[in-house]
Amino acid sequence: MKALCWHGKKDVRYDTVPDPRIEDPRDAIVKVTSCAICGSDLHLYDGFMMGMESGDILGHEFMGEVVEVGAADHRLKVGDRVVVPFTICCGECEQCCRGNFSVCERSNRNKALADKTFGHATAGLFGYTHLTGGYAGGQAEYVRVPYADVAPVTITSGLSDDQVLFLGDILPTGWQAAVQCDIQPTDTVAIWGAGPVGQFAIRSAVLLGAKQVIAIDRVPERLGMAQAGGATTINCEDESVVERLNELTGGKGPEKCIDAVGMEAHATQSLDSLYDRAKQAIMLETDRPHVLREMIYVCRPAGTLSVPGVYGGLIDKLPFGALMNKGLTLRTGQTHVNRWTADLLRRIEEGQIDPTFVVTHVAALKDGPEMYKTFRDKKDGCIKVVLKP
Amino acid sequence: MSATAFTRTTTRHRRTRAAARGLGWFSIGLGVAQVLMPRVVAGVAGLRGSERFVRACGVREIVTGIGILAARRPGPWMWVRVAGDAFDFAALGSAHNVRRPASRALLGAVAAVAALDAGCANALDRIERRGRPPVRDYHDRRGLPLPPVAMRGAARKDFEMPPDMATPALLAPWPPVALRP
Repeated sequence: MKALCWHGKKDVRYDTVPDPRIEDPRDAIVKVTSCAICGSDLHLYDGFMMGMESGDILGHEFMGEVVEVGAADHRLKVGDRVVVPFTICCGECEQCCRGNFSVCERSNRNKALADKTFGHATAGLFGYTHLTGGYAGGQAEYVRVPYADVAPVTITSGLSDDQVLFLGDILPTGWQAAVQCDIQPTDTVAIWGAGPVGQFAIRSAVLLGAKQVIAIDRVPERLGMAQAGGATTINCEDESVVERLNELTGGKGPEKCIDAVGMEAHATQSLDSLYDRAKQAIMLETDRPHVLREMIYVCRPAGTLSVPGVYGGLIDKLPFGALMNKGLTLRTGQTHVNRWTADLLRRIEEGQIDPTFVVTHVAALKDGPEMYKTFRDKKDGCIKVVLKP
Repeated sequence: MSATAFTRTTTRHRRTRAAARGLGWFSIGLGVAQVLMPRVVAGVAGLRGSERFVRACGVREIVTGIGILAARRPGPWMWVRVAGDAFDFAALGSAHNVRRPASRALLGAVAAVAALDAGCANALDRIERRGRPPVRDYHDRRGLPLPPVAMRGAARKDFEMPPDMATPALLAPWPPVALRP
């Protein structure tokens, strides 16, 4: 079959690879009908995440048709149309039973490596480094889905792929980012990063009743889309984020802050981001935490910080004194996708949200390597790429 | 503007900003070398005995580099670099015999960097004068069935907040206020 494979920094190729096969009775094989490039795939593309090996199949946002089912999978059947969440979960361990699917205790098959790196292993993820199990990803014609009797979301209604594809990652990720803020009707929610996750966080914050939603980015197309979703926007290349946020909140700062940027903050107008770039260049820091610092600084005391943005390793000069003294609550984590899928699918079916608004580019899977560049460089107004195998 | 023209314009702007950042880092690198190794740099530049002068120029380079990298509008800082190039050119010109090939090569290198700086400063000025490039317009991509103001709080009526993600009672406003509708 054909798949998009990682071969090193900025080197993604459309390769021929062996077809996947059932390895465990709970597995299923899915023929991919749509997949997407996620912002967190760019961390792999740019070489910022450790644990990748040449030839790894990328992709953790995908959906398709079940073409083969293992003997112990009594939930799915051949022909089912499914969206596959990016987190692989067993459904039986203590964490899964608590609904903490992204930290499933059993699905990461490289547990020893992950234990050493993070203290305790987190769930296996599709197409996302050997630290999270080294599973083949979904930017391919076919995918093996482990524990397929647990996470895949069966789509029975006539919704299009583009309407439901994002149930596997970015829609629940934006939703959880907002939910973690426990938004009150009096709250201002500031969201750093108006990429796809940021866009869904904006709509989620609106639907959950925030008084004011503010989006911060530097890409004009993203800011336009954020305004369409109901956000007041700040272009961080043109104005001071801290000054503007204080202006918009009567000098008090936003109650809730969401970091939808993560480890590759592109701020170039601040000394701390220069410092991060210099330290990163000499391998003394892995991530660039400009957004975290800014959130901690500007958030209203007793406020909440929600971090769906991906961080991979070590950060430096985090103002923990401010975090502690201001009594801020910090909520983080990969998304517990299956907590939200049934509810969000219902909201899509009812028309409360239409996720297709975020798709700006649709291309064939073979054009994936070029689309990675387009997405990374935000060329041609690119916000979200969907690939069709 | 067509998509192709838009891409071309955006790419040109990105390249200009990337060039400015590159020159900013170059400035810092040169400045650090001048401050830490003034004797070596003075030797290469044919300014032996002027180590304090070289070090002062290094401080100027570092400040200019930081300015270029940290400023929201780096154009003016790039012009500071151009002025510094002119100053360096004058200083080297007065210290060297321009008939010597080595001196001519050194002055030529400074002139080349000055030309690069001036070109970049000019391009940055043009960007700032013309404003941001036109963009694709996504203002019609709401993703919601009604205007956001009408959708505000629409999910609250049937959304059950998971207890482990709600604000813990100990951190909730005190005295309790009815924040939830």
